Amino acid sequence: MAGSNKTNITPPRWLLAELTYKCPLQCPYCSNPLDYAKHSDEISTDDWKRVLSEARKMGAVQLGFSGGEPLTRPDLPELARYARELGYYSNLITSGYGLTEEKIIQLKEAGLDHIQVSIQASTQELNDHLAGTESFAHKKEVARLVKKHGYPMVLCVVIHRENIHQMPEILAMAEELGADYLELANTQYYGWAHVNRDLLLPTIEQFKQAEDIAQAFKEKVAGKMKIYYVVPDFYEDRPKACMNGWGTTFLTIAPDGVALPCHSARELPGLDCPNVNDHSISDIWLKSRAFNFFRGNEWMQEPCKSCDEKDQDFGGCRCQAYILTGDMYKTDPVCGKSPDKQVIQDAIDSARKSALSADEKPLIFRNSKNSRAY
Amino acid sequence: MTINPELPINFSRMHRLQWEEAQQKDVILYPEGMVELNQSSAEILKLCDGTRNLDQIVVDLEEKFATSGLKNDIISFLDVALNNGWIQQD
Repeated sequence: MAGSNKTNITPPRWLLAELTYKCPLQCPYCSNPLDYAKHSDEISTDDWKRVLSEARKMGAVQLGFSGGEPLTRPDLPELARYARELGYYSNLITSGYGLTEEKIIQLKEAGLDHIQVSIQASTQELNDHLAGTESFAHKKEVARLVKKHGYPMVLCVVIHRENIHQMPEILAMAEELGADYLELANTQYYGWAHVNRDLLLPTIEQFKQAEDIAQAFKEKVAGKMKIYYVVPDFYEDRPKACMNGWGTTFLTIAPDGVALPCHSARELPGLDCPNVNDHSISDIWLKSRAFNFFRGNEWMQEPCKSCDEKDQDFGGCRCQAYILTGDMYKTDPVCGKSPDKQVIQDAIDSARKSALSADEKPLIFRNSKNSRAY
Repeated sequence: MTINPELPINFSRMHRLQWEEAQQKDVILYPEGMVELNQSSAEILKLCDGTRNLDQIVVDLEEKFATSGLKNDIISFLDVALNNGWIQQD
């Protein structure tokens, strides 16, 4: 097996708790697995408490409550309170759907540190179309209430071809809502975004224009709003340092208790990801096959193996290598040194062709009916 | 931005300063991030509680560490902290 370099295992720092795959929204770029409907089991409140407690003991401190929509779990306030008692810095990653002022106050009292609200676009029509539900007005109201109750307000907008032209309006909306942080996340093409890629991937011209606008805005609001710009790696020449290195920093627990080195790792074959029902977090992190699989750089092939940047980008993303080349050991094809770089150009060309065609196929929305097809 | 020596200094309500047992150091936590602090930076920030201005922080730290001449170092760090939004002056 890969990853025999087990010296210097660093402790987890970030825990992503995916409480549920249930979600009232149907975003066609959702990062949940395509076959999420197959994994409908959810671990109990007590299981989550044990996970939080064990991961905290190892050194995890940043905690994201995610999903699906985590608000569909009635035990969220109880878990937020428990997390605060353990000393986590906790974040609710939400669509805002179902979030009332009463709940916002209740979670604040429980000790939740911040709330990240996602908005799909700057107009009601496009937001509601992408979300697959009427939600725009409520999301803006939620953003205001988050701010009103003293949380740092983090606004997240996923960027793709359907909304990239709205960049100036999206930035104006963030300013109007008083966001403290704005995450402009260029879509990463995994899960649902992968199957919808021809309809979501913007052209290079669109990317460049949007990036220039965002950059100018960043300078304008410096000191007032912090911008996190997630780069569109299809247009980069070097891969992202995915997860800060496999099994070094990030621990994701899926709704059914499966522990993942990254939230897409379920797609990789033969990893045999362990479940928290069967193992302690310590055993999972230190000893499991899955978490050791791509640790260090023993697993690498050329050109990564002899590359002088291998300790900076770790060969890029394993899931992207697998989805695009069929081989999870290969260099992330985004890299200019990858012999498979052409697959990226093919994807870009295919998306451009789709954008220019008169009869574009429709988006596949993320819902249980569509999920059962996978 | 630079520190106004007259005004009291507060730690930001949008950040959290806490001791991390696993790392054996103080850290600043905020959305999507964490800054690890060395001991002297942490000692300075712990005194930014809204009751002290610059001179009072200098006096308290020099007394605590039984030394003198810390003022310039403290000013440089507080300017960094202010520009990172870790502290504020109302």
